Amino acid sequence: MMTRRKFLIGGATAAGALIVGYGLWPSRRLARANLLAAKSGERFVATWIKIANDDIITVVIPHCDMGTGIFTSLSQMAADELDADWTKVRAETAPADPLFANGPLAEGFALNEENMTVDSIPTFLRGTAANSLRIIAEYMDVQTTGGSSSVRLTGVYGMRIAGAAVREMLVKAAAARMSAPVEAFRTEMSRVIHVASGKSFGYGELAVEAAQYSPSSHPKLKTKSAYKLVGKPIQRLDIPAKVNGTVHYGIDTKLPDMWYGAIRISPVFGGKLVSVNEARVAQSRGVKQVVRLDDAVVVLADRFWRARNAADALEPVFDNAGNGDVSSKTIRNLHLTAMKNGKIKQDLSTGAGADALKNGTLVERIYNVPYLAHAPMEPVNTTALYNKDGTLEVWAGTQDGLGSRAFCAKTAGVHLDKVTFHLLPSGGSFGRRLPGQWNFLTYAVKTAMAVPGVPVKLVFTREQDMQHDFYRPNVTSRFKATVDKDGMPVAWVNDYTTAHDPNSEAHIFYGVPNQAYGAVKVATHVPTGPWRSVEASWHGFFVESFIDELAQQANRDPVEYRRALLKGKPRHLATLNLAAEKAGWGTPLPPGRGRGIAMVECFGTVVADVAEVEVTDDGALKVHRFTSAADCGMAVNPDGFKAQMEGGVIFGLSAALYGEITIDQGAVVQQNFPDYEIVRLAECPAIEVYIHESYAPLGGAGEPGVPPVAPAVTNAIFAATGVRIHELPVKNHSLGKAARQSTSL
Amino acid sequence: MGIRLNVNGVVHELDVEPDAPLLWVIRDELNLTGTKFGCGIAACGACTVHVNGKAMRSCSVPVGSAANAEITTIEGLGAGALTTVQEAWIEHQVPQCGYCQSGMIMAVSAFLAMNHAPTDDQLAAAITNICRCGTVPRIRAAVRALAARKDTGAP
Repeated sequence: MMTRRKFLIGGATAAGALIVGYGLWPSRRLARANLLAAKSGERFVATWIKIANDDIITVVIPHCDMGTGIFTSLSQMAADELDADWTKVRAETAPADPLFANGPLAEGFALNEENMTVDSIPTFLRGTAANSLRIIAEYMDVQTTGGSSSVRLTGVYGMRIAGAAVREMLVKAAAARMSAPVEAFRTEMSRVIHVASGKSFGYGELAVEAAQYSPSSHPKLKTKSAYKLVGKPIQRLDIPAKVNGTVHYGIDTKLPDMWYGAIRISPVFGGKLVSVNEARVAQSRGVKQVVRLDDAVVVLADRFWRARNAADALEPVFDNAGNGDVSSKTIRNLHLTAMKNGKIKQDLSTGAGADALKNGTLVERIYNVPYLAHAPMEPVNTTALYNKDGTLEVWAGTQDGLGSRAFCAKTAGVHLDKVTFHLLPSGGSFGRRLPGQWNFLTYAVKTAMAVPGVPVKLVFTREQDMQHDFYRPNVTSRFKATVDKDGMPVAWVNDYTTAHDPNSEAHIFYGVPNQAYGAVKVATHVPTGPWRSVEASWHGFFVESFIDELAQQANRDPVEYRRALLKGKPRHLATLNLAAEKAGWGTPLPPGRGRGIAMVECFGTVVADVAEVEVTDDGALKVHRFTSAADCGMAVNPDGFKAQMEGGVIFGLSAALYGEITIDQGAVVQQNFPDYEIVRLAECPAIEVYIHESYAPLGGAGEPGVPPVAPAVTNAIFAATGVRIHELPVKNHSLGKAARQSTSL
Repeated sequence: MGIRLNVNGVVHELDVEPDAPLLWVIRDELNLTGTKFGCGIAACGACTVHVNGKAMRSCSVPVGSAANAEITTIEGLGAGALTTVQEAWIEHQVPQCGYCQSGMIMAVSAFLAMNHAPTDDQLAAAITNICRCGTVPRIRAAVRALAARKDTGAP
């Protein structure tokens, strides 16, 4: 049984089943929804869909906007089924309330994962099945945005259903007005039209009556050929407010008489606060209070810069919780020891598994990727007000509004009903604001509770944000393979370190008859968490580096070698071929240049990248060009999808070339962007993105662009120089002529 | 005590320390929150504003040094209408999370005012702002389109 967390964060692929759909609210729920989220002149007609008197349709999105364009693509999906006039469609964030949980979508998705279809549910039970999902949802504090799941779950199983159901309700309302059968009507551009007479009604004038009907959980959905909005590169709804500074992010919260908080957290994770020199800030202008927490200290002042300056002056002393000797080197040794002597938990095994290593030529390699910070441009922050009556109000950008509300309630020790949570847009997240990583909520709520009645805005400086993240794990992976006389792999054995369970993302799609996977746990005190593309971010690099080395060893072209291993994988083969063709794979390059290819499937989307790099004799590297081909089934908004792929290349390239969080004396060494470089305009390659439509179930967009980037670059570096990189980031390797002979394996 | 600050054509008399960062004065004293905090050390450019027409990273500008200067923030950029740069940002669908874009737009606007038709290399040398979502390919595309137009220049 898939766990909820695994499902939502770790990703999964859709199984192509019929849409079961989300149990839409029965009409009696609308009153509460209207109370929570309807303004004057508008009302909910069904779950997530409000229609106002002036025909404005607002799609209430049970997710956070962190920049991936989902407010637009989800609205496209609802509006298309609704036959809405797009110029009158708006999107807004749903309240952090159980009524707007998106957990049930996960349940619906899980049903489909197990190949359960509408047809497998007896007709008389269908409503009940859908209804029970909704009830489960109301007791689940889940409203997550992650796992590249918004379009795949909320869109496919929710928004389309809601849009189509509301359309049917509007038609019923018109039919009742004219005492005509529903078959006599069609819908277009937010109007219900009586075909014979031509008489028509705007959605706004029918909304009140339409809301009286029960929404169908199985409304008639459009087929692809009927889409007017889905599949079109429509301009994003959120962009106008993002070019004039008017978006209100979490960090922009301001309340009357608010105090600003600056925090210093123990540099060594888990270290306890021993002392602070409060006398140094007692006379500082604007300083209101010093709040001592278990492993941190917060200075509250009337302005942020005064709080920050005072926090700098406090000289807090922390203990090291016994981790003062931990460094990246000691962690690396732990990995290697665990690989050698640790208990490897066997995961998947196919064919003869590891026994097949006995025959053929053995190839063995070890790879490593470092810890990485998320470093969203908006440093983590939270505003909290703990009232004297025991109620709590919180403002923040997180990837789960309802979950955040429950988390704040638990942190404060109060009932959920006592907590209001205002979910605000995030200035980037990349996994940083997912559940399990909410140290910013914890510190803000605890600080607010120390000063009842005073609103407190706690903002992490960039240094605190970078040093107190939940990092992409440092992972070591070992491959053993045997190859036949043509150099093709016969056995593939892969063991790797993990903080938790084995990762299905290690499993290859290449046709190797005998495979075995195992994971060995390595515990450190460094907190880790999901980072854009999660497990695929490391296994993508490992697998696509090793397969390239096998091709190299076989003296075969890396694309041709992969093709030979993709029998029965038409999506993968087509995507690989598209990337190779568009990149001009095999055509001559100037001296010093090389091309590398890599392909990774994650979150239901297959992405193949070709990188073209140049390395000079003295080792200077330039990434000239990236050609990306992606099969996400179908892109709901092709331009938005391309933007995610382009962003994935830059995000992945920053990590591949520069990204590294290192540990010394138990603490993170890097402090700010100069130590944690991001690819800027000067290093930005030419990027081309091509979409291959396979009509597979919709795949994700936010994450799948990242994993192939690093191996495409390192494979290209190999092609250009003969230097094979086994450990990221690239910046730690010498690529110049002098270094080349000694480093190639 | 008392610093005169001219922001978007409005003069404010402020009771703040001269060494207070201009960024935080703009955000917390003047409530102009379009200017963003990203790093605090002039490394990322999210806080870029114009000081006498020149792009400056306001997190590292002491407010005292900007007294009597003409300061423009994203809120004052187009005097009520979108500029050609902002229009190009919409046309090319540049922003993702949008957090860095005020700074990007301010930096690019000041740069284009000096160089109407930059090459890619000139742009890359001048604009070193960080975008974590990875919008730089579209920023380059938007600036190329502006450079190709004759009416570029109004920041």
